[in-house]
Amino acid sequence: METIRIKPNFESWRMQARKLLVQSVPPEGLLWEDGSSGADSLFGDLENNAFEKPSTTIMPQVRIPRDFMNLAELVACHRVSERWGVLYKVAWRLTHGKERQLLALRIDSDLKRLEDWASAVRRDRHKMKAFVRFRKIGDTETGREQFVAWFEPEHSIVELTAPFFAKRFASMDWSILTPWQCAHWDGQSLQFSPGVSSREAPKEDQLEDYWRSYYAHIFNPARLKLNAMQSEMPKKYWKNLPEAPLIAELTRKAARRTGDMVEAPVSTKAHVSERIPSGVPSPDPPSRSVEPAGVLSRADTMSLEELSQLGLQCKACPLHDRAT
Amino acid sequence: MELKNKLEILADAAKYDASCASSGTTKRDSAGSATALGSSGGAGICHSYAPDGRCISLLKVLLTNACIYDCHYCINRRSSDVQRARFSVAEVVQLTLDFYKRNYIEGLFLSSGIVRNPDYTMERVVEVARQLRVDHDFRGYIHLKTIPEASQELIDQAGEYADRISINIELASQQSLDRLAPEKNMSRTQKAMGGIRTRIETDSERRKADRQSGKRRTKKDRHFAPAGQSTQMIVGADASPDRQLLDRADVLYGAYHLKRVYYSAFSPIPSASPILPLKSPPLVREHRLYQSDWLMRFYGYSVEEIAPDSAPNLDLDIDPKLSWALRSRETFPVDVNQAPRELLLRIPGIGVRSVTRILQIRRWSALRLEDLQKLGISLKKCLPFVITTDHNPARLGLDSDRLRSRFAPGPQQTEFTFTVADAKSSAITGEV
Repeated sequence: METIRIKPNFESWRMQARKLLVQSVPPEGLLWEDGSSGADSLFGDLENNAFEKPSTTIMPQVRIPRDFMNLAELVACHRVSERWGVLYKVAWRLTHGKERQLLALRIDSDLKRLEDWASAVRRDRHKMKAFVRFRKIGDTETGREQFVAWFEPEHSIVELTAPFFAKRFASMDWSILTPWQCAHWDGQSLQFSPGVSSREAPKEDQLEDYWRSYYAHIFNPARLKLNAMQSEMPKKYWKNLPEAPLIAELTRKAARRTGDMVEAPVSTKAHVSERIPSGVPSPDPPSRSVEPAGVLSRADTMSLEELSQLGLQCKACPLHDRAT
Repeated sequence: MELKNKLEILADAAKYDASCASSGTTKRDSAGSATALGSSGGAGICHSYAPDGRCISLLKVLLTNACIYDCHYCINRRSSDVQRARFSVAEVVQLTLDFYKRNYIEGLFLSSGIVRNPDYTMERVVEVARQLRVDHDFRGYIHLKTIPEASQELIDQAGEYADRISINIELASQQSLDRLAPEKNMSRTQKAMGGIRTRIETDSERRKADRQSGKRRTKKDRHFAPAGQSTQMIVGADASPDRQLLDRADVLYGAYHLKRVYYSAFSPIPSASPILPLKSPPLVREHRLYQSDWLMRFYGYSVEEIAPDSAPNLDLDIDPKLSWALRSRETFPVDVNQAPRELLLRIPGIGVRSVTRILQIRRWSALRLEDLQKLGISLKKCLPFVITTDHNPARLGLDSDRLRSRFAPGPQQTEFTFTVADAKSSAITGEV
């Protein structure tokens, strides 16, 4: 058993994997160790290096499909320790095993594991884009607004997801703090720093009151579907969402509010009130159906314009309904 | 009135519009700009979920809930007792920006009750969008509800600033409108939709020509409603059968190229009008309509296949794809290793994505039942309809009646016949 030591990131795995593939080392005898298990923290302190973009996917003498490298980049963010070994095994099968079709075979058990891990990472990234909540901490002297957010992702997705925020909020200064890694944007570049405790994050923002009001009032109590909500917004995210504390009460009162609406006496106010001006009179000619036979018998006496007007109103066959 | 109070009233007034989509528009961001805010394009993002299971992606509010129209199903009709409020243009603009900067929303969905006259109202709605786009260089998502009676010029401006514009058709026929929405006119609404369709197509042709001739785009040259137009139909406020709703949707997709038709089960409102039905339709009916809508758009089904004249209302107990399969037993079983794409799409329980994967895999290896399971397909549903290398349902000897009873739940549960998990995954993937 040979132990391969890497840092727990995609780039480090890629370098090692390339070397091993070039040397034709089969996956069976390898043990991948990324120092994140705690026992071996040789590289632990290197985890938060500045973000490096993977440069190329072409290895000397070994060509790997780009689709695989894209998949590998996502899988690398997952926290499961077996990922490095399975990634190498699939890379081996694609190159030395000559199984070029492997990526299309979603039923292959190795590939399926990678796909499942990648899905979990994609979902985590998507939820980060959705559930990060910035809190304003002030303005710079040059007038740039400054915001800080606290978020707890499940996987190591901060580096991969930070560029999304940099492009969306380019004109603000912001930091996203997490227990594992933090991202910072100052309008020029993205910086990364080690994780911090939630105590470092601001506790409130005056807009949150408005946001909670909005949340409570956009909710329709007549359509309570708690499970549908929870499958998309699992409870683990609630503690960092300013609107989540409202859920319990909104849910509890929903049935009563709906009952009140149904049982309340119907509005007795005259449907068309005398005092209030009525709606716009229809600018269209009354859309009475035209009787084709009648029109045809009078056709001689009508101008072409009149005929075309009547043609537009004709509803003698079902075609009129689909006319544009 | 305090701003927060207005927000409460005008969000309450807006929640009966089902659409909250923020996807499918042009890709843009604010990288490299010191003043621009926002990005959009690609899949939409749901920033929160209300306890009704609906996604919150946009700040969805009315500019005002005062209205001169008197549509019976609407909480904002002029004869309703609801409290009225009105945002200033600046207030909506500021709220949108403030919410957006805190990552609460993808953008704004602005609608309005009709005050004074349609053009006056539309002008103010457009002005909000103009200030966001022009004065604040806002690059997030904007959805504007337009008023069919507003002038073409104003609708043109709306499309210039908005990603999506929409006009609600509300009900499936003019007879229903006459009864429930006396000021609304089906042909006028469809005419406005036709105008928008023409405008969208002319714009995209012009842009295509510009691209081919290498003409550079200027900042003033805005894409007209890049996320297209959508509409909404109310389900269960009138007696229209599902067939009629789907026929209307078919016209809207076919003749007006709508991107989406939303179906909104009529739900009890405060201060309801006396001519409305007291009971709201089961939510599962709305769900079945969405499934049917998906079958029409992505699976190649016709309205007649989904809701034949002999059964104009959808079966609430089983999904419309299964319904069709039971009516069309002669089509089955289908061999997943041989059948063309169109036929694979007809197998109950197998969705568009699974079909694509099956086609990919079978070039290399023949599929067994176990493989279908690995693709996440529910065997329970498709078993009677598929042939794989290790399965042929002929020996199950099931006729349509016995099959239906296998899938339909007992009568006592009719209103809850789909599990939430089913509904959810079906709503997301559209796969039925």
